[in-house]
Amino acid sequence: MPEALVTLSLRVNGDDVRVAVRPSQTLLEVLRVGLELTGTKQGCDKGDCGACTVLLDGEPVLACLTLAVTCEGRVVQTVESLTREDPLVDAFDCHGAGQCGFCTPGMLMTAKGLLAKHGRPSRETIKQAISGNLCRCTGYGPIVEAIAAAGEGRRGKKDEEPLPAPLPSWEAPKP
Amino acid sequence: MLPLPEFTVHTPASVDEAVALLAKLGPGAMLLAGGTDLLPNMKQGLHAPAHVVSLQRLGALRGVRREGDALVIGAMTTLDAVAGSAEAKTHAAALAEAAAVVGGPQHRRMGTLGGNLCLDTRCRYYNQTAFWRGALGYCLKKDGDTCHVVEGGRKCVAAASNDTAAAAIALEATVVLTGPAGIRRLPAADFFVADGARNTARREGELLTALEVPVRAGRVSVYEKLRRRGAIDFPLLSVAVRLDREDGSARALDVVISALAAKPRRLAAAQKLGAADLATLPIDTLADAALRECNPLPNIEGDVVWRKQMVRVLVKRALGRATSLA
Ligand SMILES: Cc1cc2nc3c(=O)[nH]c(=O)nc-3n(C[C@H](O)[C@H](O)[C@H](O)COP(=O)(O)OP(=O)(O)OC[C@H]3O[C@@H](n4cnc5c(N)ncnc54)[C@H](O)[C@@H]3O)c2cc1C
Ligand code: SF4
Ligand code: FES
Ligand code: FES
Repeated sequence: MPEALVTLSLRVNGDDVRVAVRPSQTLLEVLRVGLELTGTKQGCDKGDCGACTVLLDGEPVLACLTLAVTCEGRVVQTVESLTREDPLVDAFDCHGAGQCGFCTPGMLMTAKGLLAKHGRPSRETIKQAISGNLCRCTGYGPIVEAIAAAGEGRRGKKDEEPLPAPLPSWEAPKP
Repeated sequence: MLPLPEFTVHTPASVDEAVALLAKLGPGAMLLAGGTDLLPNMKQGLHAPAHVVSLQRLGALRGVRREGDALVIGAMTTLDAVAGSAEAKTHAAALAEAAAVVGGPQHRRMGTLGGNLCLDTRCRYYNQTAFWRGALGYCLKKDGDTCHVVEGGRKCVAAASNDTAAAAIALEATVVLTGPAGIRRLPAADFFVADGARNTARREGELLTALEVPVRAGRVSVYEKLRRRGAIDFPLLSVAVRLDREDGSARALDVVISALAAKPRRLAAAQKLGAADLATLPIDTLADAALRECNPLPNIEGDVVWRKQMVRVLVKRALGRATSLA
């Protein structure tokens, strides 16, 4: 017998959305497949890597281990909610904190959750906060520096340079 | 992608409703707290419950509160909240320290104390995809009849991998369960059972509602964990120590060692110490005794020789820290 669909209402990146989901679908699947918000990445799909981190009611959690139906009425924020002007995105850019970029959406959302609580976190606090997000490229240094810079309102080496124009093709998909 | 098998989700609004649901749905139902253990296991085909009963709405089971001379920690309290609780850090330090080193920050924000205490045991031959397990040949914990860890073994020796278990035992905590027959209280030491296939005394249809930790003057406790990385990894070995002091001298000591087999073990040498020994607290002797008493099995990752040698190191470290705090 196919699973009965359930209508789920939640707030995603500021929009109220209603989406039909199967009880066995994870929030990650619903975001990526149901709502076509593919910014949130699927790495291991079993809680090991942190690539799927999103903010659920403001807290960084793993979307691959969250049942979508348990998100009824809750507030989800994904990487698509961050604009090009966001100090964190800018700092990641300026510090080269993303290489292949696969961990970046998860790192950004973890960092977003951290900065909402600690205005200017120490390097140690940052390392603790991102310890559930694996990065295979950067060696973490640039990521820690980027988050620290965003917390302190610095742009790093490129402080003097004006912001580049946003990429013309880039527009957040509306769910 | 690792799709979940199909199931129906239920979200009871009270403990009574949850217990009634479990009774009605029978053994085909499983409880879901934070989901950080159940869901990966379901994705690997280790469990396929027809019904999943989510405890998410049981707000009454969240929080740490003081009740007389006990700290009552609701089963749905997140590990993050346990680790950050001032009361827990003061009166149940080993538990707060253990909660603080479970997995990574996301796991601690999602994972609950109840889920951690009821964590399934782990084994390198069990926590694998169905394809992987099938290729090697299923083992007796799931679908098969042999053990790959102990040749010819008739009993599963998968490892207790929950950080809070050893701390709960060392702190003489009580596990509170609610089932169809009412409320049942069990010392944490009796809640865990030496059977990797089913390592808790929780009965069908029961819900763990709280952990009660006694609050005692002069008590200190610490937790030490061995893992490869500083985050995310399950314990390869863990040690919880409780030291009770009165008028400046030690009166009781408990050393609990876990992540060896299905049940955390109390160090016999520590239980046998007389009043005179307690006064001097022979740390090196105890650490050597622990090394002799503990024999890690190749059930989880990590070289067994390393895990065995580290028994002595962690026991020494934990005792050293406990005595310096006392
Ligand atoms: C990458 C990774 C790393 C991890 N590292 C660690 C680690 O280092 N140490 C560690 O201890 N754990 C670790 N975990 C496991 C897990 O995150 C934690 O143990 C967590 O505390 C489990 O709690 P939960 O609420 O998510 O449990 P769930 O997954 O919801 O439940 C776990 C089990 O307990 C049962 N259960 C839950 N609540 C109750 C209740 N109230 N009454 C009766 N039964 C109940 C469930 O039916 C299920 O069988 C890790 C997990 C992952 C994915
Ligand atoms: S200890 Fe043996 S029976 Fe238990 S899970 Fe491992 S291989 Fe299977
Ligand atoms: S995809 Fe969720 S933790 Fe790896
Ligand atoms: S940039 Fe490639 S994994 Fe982090």
